[in-house]
Amino acid sequence: MSIELRNVTHTYSAGSAFQSTALRDVSLKIEDGEFVALVGHTGCGKSTLVQHLNGLLKPTSGQVLVDGEDLNGANVNRRELRQRVGLVFQYPEYQLFEETVAKDIAFGPRNQGLPEDEIDARVRRAMAHVHLDYGKYAGRSPFELSGGQMRRAAIAGVLAMEPSTLILDEPTAGLDPHGRDRILGMLQELHRDGTTIVMVSHSMDDVAKLATRVIVMDTGTVLLSGTPREVFAQREAMDKAGLGVPAAARLCAALRERGVKLPSELYTPDELREAILRLWKEGQPC
Amino acid sequence: MLNNITIGQYYPVKSCIHDLDPRVKILLTIALIVAVFLVHSAIGYALVLGFLYLTCRLAHVPFRMLLKGLKPLRWILVLTFVLNLFFAADGDILLQWQFITIRKQGLLNALHYSLRLLFLVMGTSLLTLTTSPIQLSDGMEMLMSPLKVIHFPAHELAMMMSIALRFIPTLMDETDKIMKAQMARGADFESGNLIARAKAMVPLLVPLFVSAFRRAGDLAMAMEARCYHGGEGRTRLRVLKLGRGDLWASLAVAGLIGLIIVEGIVLPGGLW
Ligand SMILES: Nc1ncnc2c1ncn2[C@@H]1O[C@H](COP(=O)(O)OP(=O)(O)O)[C@@H](O)[C@H]1O
Ligand SMILES: [Mg+2]
Repeated sequence: MSIELRNVTHTYSAGSAFQSTALRDVSLKIEDGEFVALVGHTGCGKSTLVQHLNGLLKPTSGQVLVDGEDLNGANVNRRELRQRVGLVFQYPEYQLFEETVAKDIAFGPRNQGLPEDEIDARVRRAMAHVHLDYGKYAGRSPFELSGGQMRRAAIAGVLAMEPSTLILDEPTAGLDPHGRDRILGMLQELHRDGTTIVMVSHSMDDVAKLATRVIVMDTGTVLLSGTPREVFAQREAMDKAGLGVPAAARLCAALRERGVKLPSELYTPDELREAILRLWKEGQPC
Repeated sequence: MLNNITIGQYYPVKSCIHDLDPRVKILLTIALIVAVFLVHSAIGYALVLGFLYLTCRLAHVPFRMLLKGLKPLRWILVLTFVLNLFFAADGDILLQWQFITIRKQGLLNALHYSLRLLFLVMGTSLLTLTTSPIQLSDGMEMLMSPLKVIHFPAHELAMMMSIALRFIPTLMDETDKIMKAQMARGADFESGNLIARAKAMVPLLVPLFVSAFRRAGDLAMAMEARCYHGGEGRTRLRVLKLGRGDLWASLAVAGLIGLIIVEGIVLPGGLW
């Protein structure tokens, strides 16, 4: 399933004294099997953009096409679409409401009208995906969990609908490093199993580790789009967008400034290590 | 989704009316409302309407904003008019058709009561359009502070009011966000019968209450961390001071009330 935005502009409270344009003429396409990272400074319109991808927001002008079909057309079932394009909002743990974790995760599949045994199977699968032990946590109140566990339970609530595209708005915001790694590991697994993923993130290191494509936004427009290597090579543009580059790319640049003959486009710790080791073996001074 | 609801309808522009002392504005609004109840003729109502219109222009607030404030009350206005129109017991009969009787007294009452209600709402709207909620609660606190002698909790009331006002937009945002998040999980808030819809509110209301309590707890903690301990001995950041504009505004309202009274004496019975 591909999702395409064509010249999408979104203005909040259009026509009132408080109107503000959050997206300006944005065009982009998300293909099957990609892991897209959406980055940009706070308030540049990332959350607004992702809410267009499953029809929760309507563009003020322009189109959202899912498999070539206009999402806001008259005969499109947007509720059904939202089950194929799962959206995890920022701080999703604030949406938990049921008595037990299992019931809360079952909310989505139940809205889909699935039979009970299928709902149960999906709850188990979703909990396994987010590494929450079914036996231990299914019967607990979601409000008794720790912050990281609540976050994972909430993500499981969207996963249980088994969407083919999963969109996450800053899924690691406010978590400790351990909680963050669990979520990122889980996303990596999901992507490997064939789910298309769109992740909003502020951590260039996470982006470097996971994404197959990076879309950089700047005040309502798409500034750059390409593989992490292409994007992180544009250090000036990234700095201007207030983002910077991954730590490995920064280190690489600092070493180059001091005369170490490293290639310019390295951005992961592993490839930087390889390059430095190679230089060392060749007996270059470093 | 929720953007057609506006609470705290402050219209943020600069004008001489916005700059008036909130205490003065509150008192003058009360005076204006009392004046409306002294009116007994079409000329009097025209005077009030003219006054409201002029003030509106001076405040740089579009007159239709004032009319918009009437919209939620339209059924009450209609009801007031209709009830008074049909249920006057005496007076000359103007129209009689089957069981419907319209008397002159009924028509007059209907006009009086609905016009009074209309101007009452317009007057208070003008106050809230030109006074920010914070100024409003500051003004109320100062006006109520003499009552502290009889242990009336003026400061606490004003503080509760400003906090409540402060959190309305936050809670609206939160509602919007939670609603969208549950819709992303296939929730349906828009179709089904009454019971289905009430049930559909649970996934919205539970997180909303949880978050409201969390926010209240956080706020209480933050206030205590900054040594808040009630109104005793508290000085204020915005000291309210009466200015020349306040004098002019008071004179204008006094003038209006004078005109209404004179008009009532000169033309008793008015022009109806
Ligand atoms: N519900 C809303 N009403 C009005 N303006 C909004 C709303 N949500 C976001 N905005 C504005 O739109 C812009 C983009 O916001 P957002 O998409 O949340 O950015 P990001 O997720 O990149 O931080 C911001 O300027 C923000 O103030
Ligand atoms: Mg955001």
